[in-house]
Amino acid sequence: MAILNALRLIGNRTVGAVWRIGFATRFFVMTLLYSGASFRRFHLTIREMFSSGVMSLIIILVAGLFVGIVLGMQGYETLKRYGSESALGSLVALSLVRELGPVLAALLFASRAGSAMTAEIGLMKATEQISAMEMMAVNPIARVVAPRFWAGVISMPLLAAMFSAMGVIGGYEVGVVLIGVDEGSFWSQMQAAVDFRHDILNGVIKSVVFGLAVTAIALFEGYDAPPTAEGVSGATTRTVVESSLAILLLDVILTAFMFQGN
Amino acid sequence: MPNLVEIRDLNFAYDNRAVLKGINMTFPRGKVIAIMGLSGCGKTTLLRHIGGVLKPTQGYVKVDGQVLHELDRDGMYAMRRKMGMLFQFGALFTDMTVFDNVAFQMREHTDLPEDIIRDLVMMKLHAVGLRGTHHLMPTELSGGMARRVALARTIALDPMLILYDEPFAGLDTISLSVVGNLIRDLNDALGATSVVVTHDIQESLKIVDYVYFVANGAIIAEGSADDIRSSDEPFVRQFVHGQIDGPMPFHYPGAEYRLDLMQVN
Repeated sequence: MAILNALRLIGNRTVGAVWRIGFATRFFVMTLLYSGASFRRFHLTIREMFSSGVMSLIIILVAGLFVGIVLGMQGYETLKRYGSESALGSLVALSLVRELGPVLAALLFASRAGSAMTAEIGLMKATEQISAMEMMAVNPIARVVAPRFWAGVISMPLLAAMFSAMGVIGGYEVGVVLIGVDEGSFWSQMQAAVDFRHDILNGVIKSVVFGLAVTAIALFEGYDAPPTAEGVSGATTRTVVESSLAILLLDVILTAFMFQGN
Repeated sequence: MPNLVEIRDLNFAYDNRAVLKGINMTFPRGKVIAIMGLSGCGKTTLLRHIGGVLKPTQGYVKVDGQVLHELDRDGMYAMRRKMGMLFQFGALFTDMTVFDNVAFQMREHTDLPEDIIRDLVMMKLHAVGLRGTHHLMPTELSGGMARRVALARTIALDPMLILYDEPFAGLDTISLSVVGNLIRDLNDALGATSVVVTHDIQESLKIVDYVYFVANGAIIAEGSADDIRSSDEPFVRQFVHGQIDGPMPFHYPGAEYRLDLMQVN
């Protein structure tokens, strides 16, 4: 009897998981299919870019500055051992553009904007706003979900770029202004070392993929949330956890693809 | 075609649990119809069938000559443009002002210029007595006001069929009469047909033309407001007079009282 119950439980969980993956995939495809209005009526997307992108700016800029300052100090200490302090500029820039900018900005975006998207859509569902829209013959996927999705995808690389820029400023302030690394070599080494295609473009690709993953997860969790207080709070937590794991996993995969080894 | 809505042999089940059992109803044009019953009797499920949100397990709902569950998504959306639904707590969009809430459908479904939309919105808000609130956010409104703004939004595109899901729930006595009268007046002014799902019998009987009583997913009584008031049907009598015990028992079914107490000891 116990074995039968265990089997039943496993079966139940598996069916539930497969159903959820199917629903998520269908939801994502529907979002892409009904994306037309997000571009035809671009003001809808711009409004969401304001609430998810612009409103995340402060946290992104401050975090970028702090990370740059730490990179400047840690980088200087390490490089000094090899007498290569002048390479500080390239170390700070490459770390930020290739890795820290996209990943940390995406993690911050997930906790600031992703959780807000989930809670907003979950509450819209709980207060029957989504049903009201359906009854008004307005497709909620086209009107509510798709503009938020594209706003996230567009905002993410911009935020990552600003994170990296602030990081470089932080590294410069610590390395050049406070420690006294030569300003000319700081900037020239950075300019020489950072390649547009291999470094900047790869960083942009990463941040677009992270933006896509975070917003897709946040929107799905909100739309799938049970219409109760516990349901919405649980969905918000899941958004942050799943998005963070997705960002780190995708980072591994993308870095492996971008790795040249020479 | 005198009847706007026809429901024939409507059955619906969640999993294997029957919620609606063989419902037959007819709503003539221009009338205000009430569907009454206790919480959980299936009346909201019935309203969702009339709105085309749920598909029947058996039978059909026909609105304006079209069987709803046979319509595709575009057909259903075209039908819903002719309908309006007032949700239990209004379901106003909380990120928009009162004005934008009422203008929502006009902006989504028409190409009207903004100055005409403004006039129309003001007229709709004036009809519910809340023109002065157009700049407020929904969170700044009282429950009764929010319900009236939602009513203005519901009639934004002059629907032929207006569905009300518990429009009186949680309202004070003044708001109750205001909303009740608005339902009747707007229905007559627009030449629409209204379906009111409610358990507030006293308020509803003042404004409706015909009443259906639903219990356990089936119609147990129907008639005009006067028929209902003078009905001898035990369930209707219990409902109309608010008797605590009757065909609908006060106690939820359970084990014998004495046995429950003994188990506790």
